Amino acid sequence: MIQSVETYATMAEAQRAMGAAAIFMAGGTLVMRDVNAGVTATRIVRSSDPALADIRLTGDGVTIGAGVTMAAITTHRDVTFLAPVARAVGGPQVRNMATVGGNLFAPHPYGDFAVALLSLGARVNLAGQGGAARPLADVLRDRSRAALVTSVQVPRPQAPDDFAFLKVSRIRPKGVSVLSIAAHLPRQGGRIRGARVAFGAMGPMPLQAVAVERVLEGQALDAARIARAAQVAVEGLDPPTDALASGWYRREVAGVHLRRLLERMASG
Amino acid sequence: MAKIPVVFIHNGSERASFADPGQNLLEFLRRGVGDLSPKYGCGQGTCGACTVLIDGETHLACLTLAESVAGRRVDTAAGLATGATLHALQEAFMGCFAAQCGYCTPGMLISAKALLDRNSAPSREDVVEAISGNVCRCTGYEPIIEAVLTAARGRARS
Repeated sequence: MIQSVETYATMAEAQRAMGAAAIFMAGGTLVMRDVNAGVTATRIVRSSDPALADIRLTGDGVTIGAGVTMAAITTHRDVTFLAPVARAVGGPQVRNMATVGGNLFAPHPYGDFAVALLSLGARVNLAGQGGAARPLADVLRDRSRAALVTSVQVPRPQAPDDFAFLKVSRIRPKGVSVLSIAAHLPRQGGRIRGARVAFGAMGPMPLQAVAVERVLEGQALDAARIARAAQVAVEGLDPPTDALASGWYRREVAGVHLRRLLERMASG
Repeated sequence: MAKIPVVFIHNGSERASFADPGQNLLEFLRRGVGDLSPKYGCGQGTCGACTVLIDGETHLACLTLAESVAGRRVDTAAGLATGATLHALQEAFMGCFAAQCGYCTPGMLISAKALLDRNSAPSREDVVEAISGNVCRCTGYEPIIEAVLTAARGRARS
């Protein structure tokens, strides 16, 4: 039962107000579900900080405020590479509400946007922790204890074909992920340098496909290499069983979908 | 627990009512304001029966904190008709028999209105995308899609 809703002018103040009985609410698509079900903290903490809605170009990257909605991502000219990812999240109403920061905390099988950010090597700025941003992978590993997210720093792909995203769902156009895959494969002289591949709905949180990255690193994206990557797709992963798919099914099809995504990237 | 006064624009008129801490906009509109047009379906953002416009954008009322609409414009299906004159979408829904049980209809109308407000000549794909966040439990999507396209064509003529 919620006893108070507190709105703070800055994220630093909101961070200080957090505590065991508090939950931070951004777009509400995750937190209000729990509020409606009566299974949440007693205090809701919010922030009206306008910086949360900023999208700013920074060097060879872009900094996206934690409060930027999926709908804003689909239309903003500086993040066109992320527009197809944002369009794959929820229906129109959810996209008008759901935020980039909130997506990092979306439980399985949600969180497709975080999968894309993970493959791009995004870093996370946290409230009250001035200085270095933390790798997204670290924040995802221990989401329950993370400080409030103020923004994410996302390196922009050098070439549009370097980054691709695929979501597999049973219902179109709006359906929850059976799995999602994001790949960032920068190429120099035809060889992949700095391969990053991430899976969604294949574990308790978005996860890097380390075995796939190892197979692709330093190689050309040809048919033989793609086949090898598909073979090791689920190495080290233990996908969960839920109402959408069994863990067995996810394991069986992950390589097939990874192959399709890589073929798409190879043909440009 | 202290009640929170919320002043907002409801279907074009200023309204004031009290919200409980943590109360969602759907309950606030239905119980506090007396607007029964947004429906309670799932309470978790899956069905779209509670869809309303906040400052012209579709939102799920069940996942919106009531107090967050203070000073903002909230439009619901109850505000579509002007007196006895139905909105073009309402006429088209009737003409195309787009309502079966009718429970999803207010949400469908609002999602369709948001579409037509920004795109006066939508394709069939545009309509399918626009109502993709609204579930019709009778599965009567075809007449709904036809109704939205009919309303768009009618507006284009007039």
